[in-house]
Formats: sequence, structure tokens, C-alpha cells
Amino acid sequence: MTDGAASRRRFLLGSATGVGAAWLELRWPAILAAAAEAQQAAKSGQAVFEFFTLEQAAEVEAVAAQIIPSGDKPGAQDAQAVYFIDRALNSFDHDKQRIYTEGLPALESKVRELFGGIDRFSKLNSQQQVQLLTAIQDTEFFELVRIHTIMGFLAKPSYGGNRDQLGWKAIGFEDRMSYKPPFGYYDAEYQKDQK
Amino acid sequence: MVRYPEKTEVDFVVIGGGGAGAIVAKELSAAGFQVVILEQGPYLHESDFEHDELKFKDIWEPPGNIGQEVLTNNHSLQPNTFRKAANEKAVRAAFVQYGRCIGGGTVHFTGNYWRFHEIDFHERSRWGDVPGASLADWPIAYQDLEPYYTKAEWELGVSGLAGASPFDPPRSKPYPLPPMPVKSSGALLERGARKLGWHAYPAPMAILSQPYKGRSACAHCGFCDQFGCEWGAKSSSLAAVIPLAEKTGRCEIRPNSYVRKISTDPRGRVDGAIYFDSQKREHLQRAKAVVVCCNGAETPRLLLMSESNQFPHGLANSSGLVGKNFMVDLGSMCLGTFEHPLNEYKSVRVTRVIHDFYDSDPKRGFFGGGGIDARFEFYPISFALNGLPPDTPRWGAGFKQALMENFNRTVTIFTHNACLPLESNSISLDPELKDAWGLPALRVTYKSHPDDFQTMKFFSDRCMELLEAAGAVRKWAVPIGDATAAGHLLGTCRMGDSPQHSVVDKYHRAHDVRNLFVVDGSSFVTSGRNQPTCTIQALAYRAADHMIEAAKCGDI
Repeated sequence: MTDGAASRRRFLLGSATGVGAAWLELRWPAILAAAAEAQQAAKSGQAVFEFFTLEQAAEVEAVAAQIIPSGDKPGAQDAQAVYFIDRALNSFDHDKQRIYTEGLPALESKVRELFGGIDRFSKLNSQQQVQLLTAIQDTEFFELVRIHTIMGFLAKPSYGGNRDQLGWKAIGFEDRMSYKPPFGYYDAEYQKDQK
Repeated sequence: MVRYPEKTEVDFVVIGGGGAGAIVAKELSAAGFQVVILEQGPYLHESDFEHDELKFKDIWEPPGNIGQEVLTNNHSLQPNTFRKAANEKAVRAAFVQYGRCIGGGTVHFTGNYWRFHEIDFHERSRWGDVPGASLADWPIAYQDLEPYYTKAEWELGVSGLAGASPFDPPRSKPYPLPPMPVKSSGALLERGARKLGWHAYPAPMAILSQPYKGRSACAHCGFCDQFGCEWGAKSSSLAAVIPLAEKTGRCEIRPNSYVRKISTDPRGRVDGAIYFDSQKREHLQRAKAVVVCCNGAETPRLLLMSESNQFPHGLANSSGLVGKNFMVDLGSMCLGTFEHPLNEYKSVRVTRVIHDFYDSDPKRGFFGGGGIDARFEFYPISFALNGLPPDTPRWGAGFKQALMENFNRTVTIFTHNACLPLESNSISLDPELKDAWGLPALRVTYKSHPDDFQTMKFFSDRCMELLEAAGAVRKWAVPIGDATAAGHLLGTCRMGDSPQHSVVDKYHRAHDVRNLFVVDGSSFVTSGRNQPTCTIQALAYRAADHMIEAAKCGDI
């Protein structure tokens, strides 16, 4: 299934049944628009932020890059999870904007508090970043960035993250419409034993 | 599809077009009656479904559900409140989950399709009273329902292997379709069971292993549980029943129609349903008889909202039992990781089931039993949030490492346990909170019986034994706790012979109102073993048979 088909389906859902379903009306047109825009931006190679300023995006991206770091396999930064988060906050999670608008300045204060002289999380070295995030890992802000980063790594690419399905590839998931048995090691072994 | 003009008095209005309502409506319309289905949710189709975890999967992450609730009730518009006991003030919580669309819960369900066993209908006689519980026998026996189990399996399309479980109840026909191909989780469950002397058998699934009645076979895409099937291979009432109801030319399906009250006439009979359309405009659909199929939570809520001078405590509630004896899906869960890839993201959820501990056993010292299956309870996002070993870091390199290593090597052993009926567990109307339509929010009062906890602990221990015997590299048990959410909603309008001790009779007719029927999980007297869909649908076929017979004799 292509992303184009997916958008079409989402559009159909919005138009055919949205009138009757108040809750769909509330959320899905916004998501549809966000997804379409994300795809368009990705195609043109000029992804833009809708909710974050460039400075905020850099901060969020740096936090995300510590939550799922890059390494042998791609991490959140490679998968562009920050674009997912940006879209989410302008669509289905718009009611969570406050957590970022209040959390980012608090993050800055914490940076200054722990590392006087530096004013941005993204300017800290990796060790300092880990130290800082460890200090705030029980906050509402960190927990939301954590959930959003995971989503931005593993949700359908049409939401703006999981670029080139890097997140799915990293964990060994494929999105296909059909498979044939055997599916895994143990059922293959089981079938062999049956013969 | 037929459309009845606004003022038409139809023969039957069926409220709720889910697993039960679709069947009742199809049977009635096929028998020649005029039927309108009023369904509060939308009428979706295969083309509306897709592999989109963020959109369709309900992801439970403390403090609640972070899913979008597309196929299920939306708690931001229809809030619940919850309390453990009647002397507490209920607080807002997303407790009750049900399918809110044509097809109801059968659209997003896993497809587990177990029949009840013979014992399920007379546990009170067999095991005696359980202090603190309102255990009772059903007014019907397995034999009464057997023909309808068979009918459900053959009309809807169920895959399985008759006779494979030594604990299976007698059946008049085999399954119409062979079982689904085994997955690695099933192969491991069978390996573990064999070592322990237990019996794993091919899971009966309401999913087509081969093409059937013009529908395509399962393509093993893996997006079953919580998703609508894009192939029409899941035997939901949306795929298997609604098209037949429409074809009769006598059944109108009216989605986005949210009933707020069943209306009554001066003689104390019901005469229609008052509902909101998608624009919140109010309508009255008149009918000669009303069938309520809203599920075990919304059905009692609607009956309670339908109070009137004649029925001051709610419709059909002279017993005071409407909403009482609420039972939920209890179970336990253990996880294990294995050396080689399982690739559990492919194909259906469940391929093997164990029923060795289905029945109660007095030697265990408590009431209760259940079934065990093996599955992968996750999709990528929900796995990353909730599927990793408990000592895994929540972020950073260690988190990422565990995520990469475990996604394809993890299996869940899942148990489905009895839930004792307690009169103190209930669905009622919240006195303060309203939903987006101004109607009283659904209030849940629930606390499991002590025996239920013992049952879950017993099963959790069996799961750990299974993982050990199957050769797990690591294994861990999810801590047992009381229900904080429920998707199998049962018992709140229990059936029985006595009008003092039950809400409906054995043919699902309300004791108090001759032309009112209630057909869904609310009719259950006991919970069985937390796999109710097959029995709900068999009851629906049986109830429809009796409605047709009665209507033809002028006895409604």
C-alpha cells in the first residue's frame, strides 16, 4: 500500500463518515492535512516546522537523539522523529502543546542550572545531555518527548517521522499486506518435525 | 439498502449494530420483518481500514489510553467514572471499551472463538455457593445452545480443528474451515505444553483460513487485534452478516444514531427509540418491538436512562438488577524472549490454546479457571512502550539495544479467566458528569472477588512454567492487579426464570416488558472464561429464532 493510497483512505474516512462522527471530525481532518503536508515537504526536500521554531526543533531533536541514539543502526535523529512531533502537536496532540511550550524553557533553565554558561541543551556534549536528562526523566515533559520520539521512530512514515521506514527496519518490522508461512524460526521447525 | 420514511412504525428497532445486533437484525429481516438498526457509531468499510498503529491501536500507557479511539468509544466525548465501592465517589477514568461502529467489537477483535463448555451453564449447582458472589446457573444448558454455536460457526466462518482439544464440549458439526497455520508462538506453546503433559490445540478463530462464502482468506498481514480487516477475512458481523441483512431489502442500517431513551406507551409497552442523529437533532423511530444490543455496559445505561413514571427505576428493572453483576475480562500475562526470531508481527494473533485448567477445581482452594494462549500482544509502538523486559532502561542506548533485539523474539502468554459475578459490581448513571450529548456518564463500580485474584495468580504461575518448558531465554510476569479497564462487558441484565432474580427470561425477553428484548453480553449469568463473543453470537441466533416464532404467533 502506498502512502498516497493511505491518504486517500483517510480522506474517504473523513468525508464519508466524518459528518456523522463528531470525534472523527475533531481530529482527522487535521491529521489528514498534516500528513499531506509532511509528504509534500518530504518530496520537495524542504521539510518545514509548523509548530516549533527552528531553535525549539533543534532542542527537541537533541533530546530525541538521546532517547533513541544513533549508532550501528539508525536512531531518532536519522528517522527525523522531530518532524513527527512537530506535526503531532499541530494535529491530534494539539492539546499537549502546553507541555512543550512550558517544558522547553524549563529545560533551558535546567541546562543553565547544571552547566552555567551554556544556555542550550543541544550545545551540551553527549555526556552532559545524558546527565541532564537523567535529572529530569520523571517529568511530564520528558515522558511526553519519550513517547513522541518512540512514535516518531515507529509510526507510519506519512506522519512525518520514521523516514524511509528506518525505525521499522531497525527493529525488524515490515509493513506488508500478505505473508506466507513459515513466519518464524519455531513454526518452520515445527512444520519440519510434522513431516 | 431500504430507507424507511421518518414516521414509519417498523416491526423491530435494533439498538446497536455490533456482534449481536447485526445477527438479530439479519435474522429478523430475512424472516420478513421490517427492521431498523440504530448504531451510535459510524458505518465503516474495508477501505477505511489500514495498517496504521497510531490511528487504530489503543495504546495503554499509564495514566491511560493514548490511542485515537477510532473504532471504539471515545472517552473524551463519552466519559466514564470509576470507583471500587458504592461508598466511594467515582472519578473520571477510561474504564469501559467497546466497538463503536457497525460490527461493534467484532470489527477490531482478535477473533478468538471459543464455545462455552457444558459446565459453564451450571457452575452454581456443580460447585455450590461462593461466599460474596452471586453465582447462579443459567436457565439454559449447553445443549440448548449447541445448534446455534454450530450455526454461528458456519454462517460467520470459523477456522479450527474439531476434536483436537480433549476438553472440548460435544459438537454436531466440525468447523467449516481448517485451522490457521501455526505461528512460532503457537509452536512454542505446544512444545511447552507437551513437556508439562498439557494439551495445546489449534485455536478456533473467526478468521478465514480459506476463501468462504465470497470472502477472501486471511493473507497473514498481521493487523488483526484492534484493527479492522482490510481483506474482509476476519469474520466480523460487519463482513459476514451486515451484507446479508442489507440484501433482504427490509433492514435499514442507520449509523451515527445515538439512542438516549427507549419510549413507552401508556400500557407499559415500548413503542420506539428516541435518538440523536449526527447533527444532534432528535428523532423518534417507532417500532412494534425493541431489541437492545448495546453491550454489557451501554445496555444497562440505556435502560436506566429510559426511566419514566411507569418505570421509575429504569426500564425492565423491577428486580433492581439492571446494571448489577457486572463482569469483566480478567486474566494474567507473562512474557518471554527466545533465541531465534519468531516474527510474531505476521499473521493472526493466536494459533494455539490450552484448556487443561478451564474448569474449577476444589483442590485449588478457590473458584475459577481459564484458558491460556500464546501471542504477541504488540505492534511496534506499543511494544516499545510496554513490551520490553522490566529492567530495561526507558531510554538511551540500552533501551534501543533491547528494542532491536527483542521485537522479533518476544512472546506473550496470555490467560483468560473467570470473573465472578458480584451484585456490588455495577454499571450505573453518574449523578454529575455528562457526556457530549448531555446524557449521564457511565459510572463503573468494580472490585474483583478474592477468588478471582487467586485464579489470576494460579494462571500466571502456569504461564511461567510454560515459558520455562518452551525454552525461554528470559521470562517475566506482569504483576497481577485488579481491572482498570474492561473490553468484555458482561452480566448486567442477567437471564433467568425468576423475575425477582433476573432481568430477561431465557429467550432474552424482558420480564417486565413483553415487547422488549435484550441480546448481548449483558444476558450472561456467569462469565465463562473471558472469551464471550462466540456465546454472545450463538445467543443472538437463538434469541432471533424465538422472536420470529413469537412474532409470527402474535405473541409480542
